[in-house]
Amino acid sequence: MSDIAIRIEGISKEYRIGRKQEGYKTLRDTLTDALISPFRRAGKLLRGQATGAAELDEAIWALRDVSFEVKPGEVVGIIGRNGAGKSTLLKILSRITEPTEGYAEIRGRVGSLLEVGTGFHSELTGRENIYLNGAILGMRRAEIERKFDEIVAFAEVEKFIDTPVKHYSSGMYLRLAFAVAAHLEPEILLVDEVLAVGDAAFQRKCLNKMESVGQQGRTVLFVSHNMPAITRLCERTILLDAGHVLHDGPSHRVVTTYLNSGLGTTAVREWPDLRQAPGNEVVRLCAVRVRAEDGRIADAVDIRRPVGIEMEYEVLTSGYTLCPCLTLHNEEGVLVFCAFDLDPEWRQRPRPVGRYVSTGWIPGNLLAEGTMIVGPAMRTMVPNILHFHELDAVAFQVIDSLEGDSARGDWAQPLPGVMRPLLKWRTQFCPNGHSTAVVVTEGAGVNKGEVV
Amino acid sequence: MKTALETHITIIRPSRGWVSLRLHELWEYHELLYFLTWRDIKVRYKQTILGAAWAIIQPFFTMVVFSLFFGRLAKVPSDGIPYPIFSYAALVPWTFFAHGLAQSSNSLIDSANLIRKVYFPRLTIPIATVLSGVVDFTLAFIVLLGMMFFYGIMPTVNALWLPLLLVLALVTALGVGLWLAAMNVQFRDVRYTVPFLTQFWLFATPIAYPSSLLAEPWRTLYGINPMVGVVEGFRWALLGTETAPGPIVIVSCLAALGLLASGALYFRRMEKTFADVV
Repeated sequence: MSDIAIRIEGISKEYRIGRKQEGYKTLRDTLTDALISPFRRAGKLLRGQATGAAELDEAIWALRDVSFEVKPGEVVGIIGRNGAGKSTLLKILSRITEPTEGYAEIRGRVGSLLEVGTGFHSELTGRENIYLNGAILGMRRAEIERKFDEIVAFAEVEKFIDTPVKHYSSGMYLRLAFAVAAHLEPEILLVDEVLAVGDAAFQRKCLNKMESVGQQGRTVLFVSHNMPAITRLCERTILLDAGHVLHDGPSHRVVTTYLNSGLGTTAVREWPDLRQAPGNEVVRLCAVRVRAEDGRIADAVDIRRPVGIEMEYEVLTSGYTLCPCLTLHNEEGVLVFCAFDLDPEWRQRPRPVGRYVSTGWIPGNLLAEGTMIVGPAMRTMVPNILHFHELDAVAFQVIDSLEGDSARGDWAQPLPGVMRPLLKWRTQFCPNGHSTAVVVTEGAGVNKGEVV
Repeated sequence: MKTALETHITIIRPSRGWVSLRLHELWEYHELLYFLTWRDIKVRYKQTILGAAWAIIQPFFTMVVFSLFFGRLAKVPSDGIPYPIFSYAALVPWTFFAHGLAQSSNSLIDSANLIRKVYFPRLTIPIATVLSGVVDFTLAFIVLLGMMFFYGIMPTVNALWLPLLLVLALVTALGVGLWLAAMNVQFRDVRYTVPFLTQFWLFATPIAYPSSLLAEPWRTLYGINPMVGVVEGFRWALLGTETAPGPIVIVSCLAALGLLASGALYFRRMEKTFADVV
């Protein structure tokens, strides 16, 4: 039996929406509910409607009958769109929350990493936080002492180790937080999307560290949206959708299925219930849509054509100057750009209550191909308030043209790079072995005039 | 590797009804308990001007106010001991209790982020907050020793019982704290109830007055409020008040243990919902 590290049999998790989204209720609510619900149920019975406790609380199944096994030393990726149940699965396996049904058995010491820097306290120094965070993640004190220098070196914060972390830059903070986590040495490691932080160089360092963890024969469950990382680190990947296991197999095959199925991208996201929408009492996001040039909703766009990102939002408090903005990440988690709404109509003007739609058009021949993840946000500049920033609200695929009129030209193989702008090229034959300065300035002039 | 794999088997399945306290697991995490306590102590007076002086200011000034109003004006009896030290000897363990109670009942909510992201026995959170109050207690206690010196009162041999009485205060604070912390996750009413409860409890405990005002069967029964045992015990051990509060303390110990056991069971029962609701 010991050739199995993790065995999951029919795990399900139910969330009662009413309870979960209210967050908490007051004693009075419970008392009134308790008083009223029998009458309500009796009323339904009289009217001949089906009844039951389940009806009173709307329930959703975050996971439904999930079963699989993982062998010791296997590195398994878990992918799926938002809300597919990936994080819930990790939370159940790390015993943060209990399953509603089912059974799971884990053989070995479990370390889980659902967030970096959990339990960091801003008033404590880097040194103190290493000990505290290490203990929270399940390290023994002796173990932390042994690895202390290594952790500090990995985080590159030697000089500031006795400074309270509230004075750290966000990069230093993340590096330190990840460094502690990266030095966990359990037999089974559960990792949620923690690599989507920090700069690209640091992300690479983290990925390398993860890779070496895998090579040491440890069992790893790795949740990520980062498809290249999944295919690189994991030999096997499980695709979850709506709480079910949809595919389970070799990573490259499952990832390809996922990317082609359209599951990975949702071009529309709507929040029908305003109370649950992202935002605050000033403004709430109602919907985000990706539109092609002709106005239809598109989850895949031609690299040569512009694509519009439409945000629909409701202003609930008048008098605020609002500035919609967008972030775009690629599937590797690299921030491609941020952009603010410059429309003079509502720029720097306090807005009355009501519904608004802002659309930003991304020009054609700018983005690289692949999945682009759209993060709509709403800011007020003075005073500086971030009303919401829904990091991965919607996504779309950028499809490159093979007709030779995009930046790739006649190159038919994978083309790296974050952007893929179509440059203005000019090639001249210079039989004398040199070109003239005049030609260069003339070329620059042409460029300037035509691109804008 | 094989033996390690066989020793650590985690079984995950939905729990139903009352569950075990899993004290052995709590012991496995004793280092975390130590670090959480240490963090609470370190962080408590950060960014305050007066810092740890707060630990002394609160009981001391309450004593001054009590001495003025209850001692001077109302002429409340104090078992033949100068009123200021009579009330301060009670206020020192009381402040420890009241702080422990307030901090532990909010502790889960203050640690919501931890609860949602990491697994460890949740009992460590309220226990650590109550334990961290021992430092404040020690500071206030030193002032108490100073006052005894000032009034020329020598501690009796009975002072050896003090650690036990402190544990009694701790158990009481934790017992009630566990109940309130677990309820607070679901019902935020608790947050508003605690200050009221503490105030009520303050007057239900013989701090401003002696329990000797009560006639006998009632005085012992009064020990059902465990803080009565603590407070009278402190006075007896340090100031040498005449009657030994033995029966009171025994009643108080039983009541405190009852609170702790029921609090811990209720806490464990609610624990599975914490991460989803907090």
